[in-house]
Amino acid sequence: MENVGQSIRKIDGMAIAMGKPVYTEDLAMPNALVVKILRSPHAFAKITSIDISKAESLEGVECILTFKDVPNARFTLAGQSYPEPSPYDRLILDQIVRYVGDEVAIIAAVDEKTALLAMKRIKVEYEVMEPVLDFEQAVGHPSVVHPEEDLSCNFEIGLQKENNITSSSHEEVGDVDEEFKRCAVVVEDVYYPQAQAHTMMETYRAFTYLDHAGRLIAVSSTQVPFHIKRQLARALQIPASKIRVIKPRIGGGFGGKQTGAGDVFAGLVTLKTGKPAMIIYDRKETFSATTSRHAMRLKVKLGADQEGFIRAIDMQVLSDTGAYGEHAPTVLGCVGHYTLPLYNKTRAVRFDGKAVYTNKMPAGAFRGYGATQGTFALESTVNMLAEQLKMDPTEIRLKNISKVGETFLTGPGVMLGSSSLDRCIAKGKELIGWEEKFPRREVGYNKVRAVGMAITMQGSGIANIGTASAEIRLNDDGNFTLLTGATDMGTGCDTILSQMAAEILEVPMEKIIVHAGDTDTSPYDPGSYASSTTYVAGGAVVKAAEELKNKILAQSAAILGVAPQDVEFDGLAVRTLSGDQEISFAKLAELTILGTGKLQLVGYATQGCEVSPPPYIAGFAEVEVDRETGKVDLIDYVAVIDCGTVINPNLARIQAEGGIAQGIGMALYEQVRYDEIGKMATNSFMQYKIPSRKDVGKVRIAFEESYEPTGPFGAKSIGEVVANTPPPAISHAIYNAVGVRENHLPITPEKVFLGMQKL
Amino acid sequence: MQIELTINDKAVKWEVANDEFLADTLRSHGFLSVKKACDTSCCGLCTVWMDGKSMLSCSVLSLRAHGKKITTIEGLPKEAEEFAQILSAEGAEQCGFCSPGFIMSVLAMKNELVNPTEEEIIHYLTGNLCRCTGYMGQLRAIKIYLGVA
Repeated sequence: MENVGQSIRKIDGMAIAMGKPVYTEDLAMPNALVVKILRSPHAFAKITSIDISKAESLEGVECILTFKDVPNARFTLAGQSYPEPSPYDRLILDQIVRYVGDEVAIIAAVDEKTALLAMKRIKVEYEVMEPVLDFEQAVGHPSVVHPEEDLSCNFEIGLQKENNITSSSHEEVGDVDEEFKRCAVVVEDVYYPQAQAHTMMETYRAFTYLDHAGRLIAVSSTQVPFHIKRQLARALQIPASKIRVIKPRIGGGFGGKQTGAGDVFAGLVTLKTGKPAMIIYDRKETFSATTSRHAMRLKVKLGADQEGFIRAIDMQVLSDTGAYGEHAPTVLGCVGHYTLPLYNKTRAVRFDGKAVYTNKMPAGAFRGYGATQGTFALESTVNMLAEQLKMDPTEIRLKNISKVGETFLTGPGVMLGSSSLDRCIAKGKELIGWEEKFPRREVGYNKVRAVGMAITMQGSGIANIGTASAEIRLNDDGNFTLLTGATDMGTGCDTILSQMAAEILEVPMEKIIVHAGDTDTSPYDPGSYASSTTYVAGGAVVKAAEELKNKILAQSAAILGVAPQDVEFDGLAVRTLSGDQEISFAKLAELTILGTGKLQLVGYATQGCEVSPPPYIAGFAEVEVDRETGKVDLIDYVAVIDCGTVINPNLARIQAEGGIAQGIGMALYEQVRYDEIGKMATNSFMQYKIPSRKDVGKVRIAFEESYEPTGPFGAKSIGEVVANTPPPAISHAIYNAVGVRENHLPITPEKVFLGMQKL
Repeated sequence: MQIELTINDKAVKWEVANDEFLADTLRSHGFLSVKKACDTSCCGLCTVWMDGKSMLSCSVLSLRAHGKKITTIEGLPKEAEEFAQILSAEGAEQCGFCSPGFIMSVLAMKNELVNPTEEEIIHYLTGNLCRCTGYMGQLRAIKIYLGVA
C-alpha cells in the first residue's frame, strides 16, 4: 500500500513544531475580554451573600456574574453522546459550592490585571458545611453533596443522592460463590489506584464571540466540539442552531478535554456583553479545578483449578467521582468491560461497583477510562495467582486469554475477531529477556534487578453507540476535500484519515485537503475519545472514499462513452481498461462541477459500530531497587502491541511511548493529593511530579499485527490501551525484586522502604 | 518603562510594565511561538535565548531584557527547521505545544556541548517537559540531528 502502513509525517507537524500561531490563544482577537473565575476556598459551603459593588465599579471591568445571573438548568460537563449517562448535576454557578476551586463568580475585564484586582474586591460570605473528603466514608455520610431537587439523569444509572451514590453497576454470570468453592486456589486483594492529573501542556482555554449573524462562536481547545455545542445550548439555554464550535490545533488532551471547562463561562460573558471573551485556565486551575482520573478502591478475588485455569472472578469497585458526576457511571462500567473479557475460561464472573460523590475536584475521562484502574487490580491479582500456583506469569496468561473466534461470559454472542496477544506475550518475553531475568538478579551494592509483566485490552469505539460520519468531495480543481468531525489533538488523526482516503482514491496525500472539528461544516462525529478515531472515523472515511471512487468511475465512464466496469483509476485520472482513452480528475471536475455538468461528486458515509474490538498489549518492566533506600529505577519497559493493522507506524509508536510514560508516572510518581480541609496540595509541577526524560528509563515498543475484520484496513485502536500495563507490571517487578507488594499507587521509595521493614 | 533590545536581530524599543514577564511581552508583540504552561518555571515551553543562552522567558522580567539580544524560534527559521524536519519525521512533535521551546533548547545544546553522550543530552534537556511523547522519539530525533544515531 502506498499510504496506509507508511510512516508519513503529520500534515500539521512542521507548523506546530515551528510555533506557528494555530492554537486557541493565538487565534483570539486582541480586544477579547479577559475572563477570570473567583473560586471557593471551602470544600462544602453555601453562599450567604456576595457583594460585587466594589469590583463592578472598577474601571475596565465589563461584567461580574454570580449564581443569580445564570440560567437555572442543570447540565453535565461530560462530553458524551446524547442522552449522556452522566447526571445533570451542575449549574454554571451555584449557590452551593462543592469543592475547593468550585466556581463562585465570573469576572470579565479589559485585561488580566483589572480582572484579578476586581476578583479581590468581591466580598463573599459562606455558611461552611462539613465536607465529605474520604470516599470510603461517602455512603451514609451525614453530609449530602447533592441535596438539590432538580438534579436529573437521562436514564437510570443507580443514583441515590441521599447516600452520595452517583451511580451503581452490577453484572453477574454464573454462581460465583459456588464456583470459588470448587476452585483449588483462591486469591484476593484490595487495590487503590490514585487520582492522576492529565497535565496536557496546553491548559484548558476557549475564546468566544458573536458572528455576523449573531451566533455564538466558541473556538475551544476540546476533544469534543459537537458535545461542547450541545452542552453550551443546555447550560446557556439558547438554541443549538445559534452555536458553532471550532477546534483549532490543540496542545494535548488525554481525555481531559472530553470534559468541558471554561467554554460556558466565556460563552456566558459573550452573550451578556456582546463582546469577544477569552478564558485561559492557568496551571493551578488546571490542576485543581478541572478533572482527574477517578481514584478507586478495587477488591479482586480470583479462583483457579489445579491446572491453572481461571474459573471465577469477583470484582468490587468503589470509585471517587468528586463533586460532580462527569463520566462517573461509564468509567465505573469500563473497569469491568475492559478487564473481564481478557480471560474466558471462567465459569462465573461478578462485577459490583459504586461511584460516590465527595467534596473534591470532580474526576472525569482520562486515557484508559477505568480500564487502567481495573487492569492494575486484575493483573496484580493474576500475578499473585501465578505465584500461588507456582506457574510462570506468562504461562498463566497464555493458558487463560481469549482467542480469536471465542466468546466470553459477560458478552455472550460477541466473538473475538482478532488477537495476536499470544504472540505479543512471546515477543515481549524475548525482548525483555524474561527467561534469564525472571524473577530477580542481584547486581551488588545492595541493589537487585527484577522483571514483572501484565497484559491489557481496551475497546475500539463504543459498541452500539459510537458513530462517525465523513464526506469527501471532488473539488472544482480536481483536488479533494475530506470533511470529518474527528478531533486531532496532536494524535495525528487528520493525517491518518487522509492516508486512508488517499489509499482508496489512489491519489497522493497532498491532493487531499482535510477540514475537521468544526460543527458548522463537519459531518457529525462525537469527537476523539473512547479510542474511536482510527476505528470508527477511519471506517467512515473508507466508506465515503469508496463511494466517491465509484461515482468518479461511473461519471468518467459516461463521459468516455464506455461501461463503468471498463474503466479504472490511473494516477490522477480514470482510463479505459483498453488504455486508449483517459480523463483526468481535473477535466472530470471541469465537466461535472463547472459549466454544464451540474453535478459535484461527493462520497458520504456514516459508520456505526456493533462491536468494539479490543487492542491488546503485553507489557514487561525491568526495575532496579535499592534495598537501603527503597528507590526504584525503571531500567527497561517493553510493550508489544496488537492494534490490528498499523496505519502509521511512527505515529502509533509515539502514541504508545507517550501512553507508557503516563502509565509509568501513575506507577511511580504521580498523585493528586488533598490536605485535611480538602484543598488540593498538588496544584503545580513543583508538587505534582510528571515523569521528566530522566524518569522513564528506556521504553521499547514492538507491534505484532493482527487483522481486525471489522476495522478499516484491519485496524483497531491504540490511543488508550497504552496507558494500562505499567502500574501492574512495575508493581510486579518491584515485588519480585524485594518482596514488597504495594497496592496503593504511586509506589514511592518511602512505601517500598517501609514495606521492606515489615517483611 | 521603555526597554531597548534586539529581537531576532532587529533592534526594537518596547514599552513594558515593571512587573511584566518577557514571555508575555514577546507574545504581545506577536512572537506566538513562545508558550506558557506551568507558571512555576518547571516546563521549559517558554524557552528563548538571551544573548545566545537558553532561558525561561516566563521567569525573567521584561526589564531584564534591556540591552540584550533575544532570539525566538521565529528568528532561527533555517536552523530550527532543520531539526523540526527530523523531529516531525519521527512523529515526535505530537501535539506540538512544547516543540518550539524544546527546539530552542536542542539548538542551544548543540552550540554548547561537543559530542554529548546520551546521558548528557538527557541531562541538558531535563527541564523541557513533554506529556505526549514519552521522550523516546525526541531522543531518536536528537541523535539523528547530531549524527550519533
